[in-house]
Amino acid sequence: MHPVMEMRDVEFAFDQKKILDGVSLRAEQGDRLVVLGTSGSGKSTILRQILGILHPQRGSVFFQGQEVAKLERRQLSQMRGRIGMVFQYAALVSSLNVRDNLALPLEELTDKPADEIEKIVDEKLALVELTEAKMKMPAELSGGMKKRVGIARALVHEPELILFDEPSAGLDPVTAVVIDDLILDLSAKTNVTAVIVTHLMQSALKIATQMAMLNEGKIVAEGTPDEMRASSNEIVQDFLAAAGEKS
Amino acid sequence: MALDWIKRAFQHLSSVVWLLIGTAREAGDHMARGRLPFRASVFFEQTDRAGVGSIPLIVMVSWFLGLTMALLTGYELRPYGQERLVPGLVAVGFTRELGPLMTGIMLAARIGAAFTAELGTMVIGEEVEAIEAMGVGALRFLVAPRLLAVFLLTPCLVVVSDVAALCGGALISKMQLGMSFRYFGHTALDSLFVHDILDGVLKSFLFGLLIGLIACYKGLTIRGGAAGVGEATTTSVVTAIAAVIAFDSLFNLIRF
Ligand SMILES: Nc1ncnc2c1ncn2[C@@H]1O[C@H](COP(=O)(O)OP(=O)(O)O)[C@@H](O)[C@H]1O
Ligand SMILES: [Mg+2]
Repeated sequence: MHPVMEMRDVEFAFDQKKILDGVSLRAEQGDRLVVLGTSGSGKSTILRQILGILHPQRGSVFFQGQEVAKLERRQLSQMRGRIGMVFQYAALVSSLNVRDNLALPLEELTDKPADEIEKIVDEKLALVELTEAKMKMPAELSGGMKKRVGIARALVHEPELILFDEPSAGLDPVTAVVIDDLILDLSAKTNVTAVIVTHLMQSALKIATQMAMLNEGKIVAEGTPDEMRASSNEIVQDFLAAAGEKS
Repeated sequence: MALDWIKRAFQHLSSVVWLLIGTAREAGDHMARGRLPFRASVFFEQTDRAGVGSIPLIVMVSWFLGLTMALLTGYELRPYGQERLVPGLVAVGFTRELGPLMTGIMLAARIGAAFTAELGTMVIGEEVEAIEAMGVGALRFLVAPRLLAVFLLTPCLVVVSDVAALCGGALISKMQLGMSFRYFGHTALDSLFVHDILDGVLKSFLFGLLIGLIACYKGLTIRGGAAGVGEATTTSVVTAIAAVIAFDSLFNLIRF
């Protein structure tokens, strides 16, 4: 069996600036792979490579054994329909209310009847405990609520892989914990594979089954949370110290 | 320097053409699956906002321009006893040239600004990327309804502009030259040839497409965060107006 997602020696540069310099990652079925890195280290770029929004200049990215860069337009759009993406600031369509945001991928990409779509929307909203916000516009929601709606929207089409861009960043500590718990809960309930990028060590240690540390375009350390705690790598040490895991 | 500028201009031009092709292809893919290319509700929202919302401005400006044109030509032709030519001048002048041109400029300002600001804000909020990441197709979902709305609406608005100008011209001809409305209407229609009307309509479609493409392109390629929206909106309006005038001249050179 091939992994759900695999990156092999991916190199990527914006103009002349190298962002990813030989990154290899893999996520097996049911994994929660967390990629840690400082801001600007290229975490969002990694997610864009998986979605085929950006393509590697060298190396390759695979989703379910298919090379993303080799897909033609229609296949790429189909592949994206099998992946859910949670954006850092939720990226809800601001002209649509919560219900319409959730229904959007279903209405546009599937032939599901209206009552079934309604049922799925209600179910996913219940999952993130936002049933009461169904008819609200994104502008009326708090940051944490937006993020939960973003998670619900990423789940409506039952993705095989879900990507999180800094799920708990920019939230108050209490809400951040709620979001982390939600990710764990989802993963337990659906066994969906997840790739999560974050700069927060604490949240990474909590939610990861596998971790990788990205620094200056390279993966400098990887392993389970316990292996990371024991790592002698300097950058990992810095992150651990910042998270209060070590003095 | 100049060479650089020309190179950049061509890059933009080819990107705009690609935007049109990409939008058509995404819409085509969707239709091949037996669906409407985009939501009818989104399309009507755009036509309503861009089209119906533009009518008051277009009527007012065209009415005054028609009035002024009749006034000026009447004043010049009267000493020669040729004021009967006034209706024809206003009619031909507007259907061929001023109607499409003025409407184009006004729409470039109104629609160009609106589309660019809207799409630009969506790009900055990562909304466009989110739509793309779902596999929905941002060009089809966002660009196609806007393009089609402005493409189909511009000719309609040009007709409104022409009619408003003729009304203005007729009114001043009655007041200043003592010409009856009936006579004005008759002479105006008689002086129009089919190709005058056809040219005006063709031009209008072209202008509509240009305005829509430039506005969407500028919105989707926004740079520099929220501050970039203001700048992109301004350049979008300026570029669209310049493009309308340039293509108008080109069109006239070819047709005459
Ligand atoms: N469209 C772009 N053009 C040029 N540089 C970019 C672009 N997007 C991101 N970058 C640069 O790439 C680097 C990595 O960006 P990103 O993946 O967003 O970082 P992260 O998500 O880890 O904060 C940053 O230094 C950023 O400045
Ligand atoms: Mg980022």
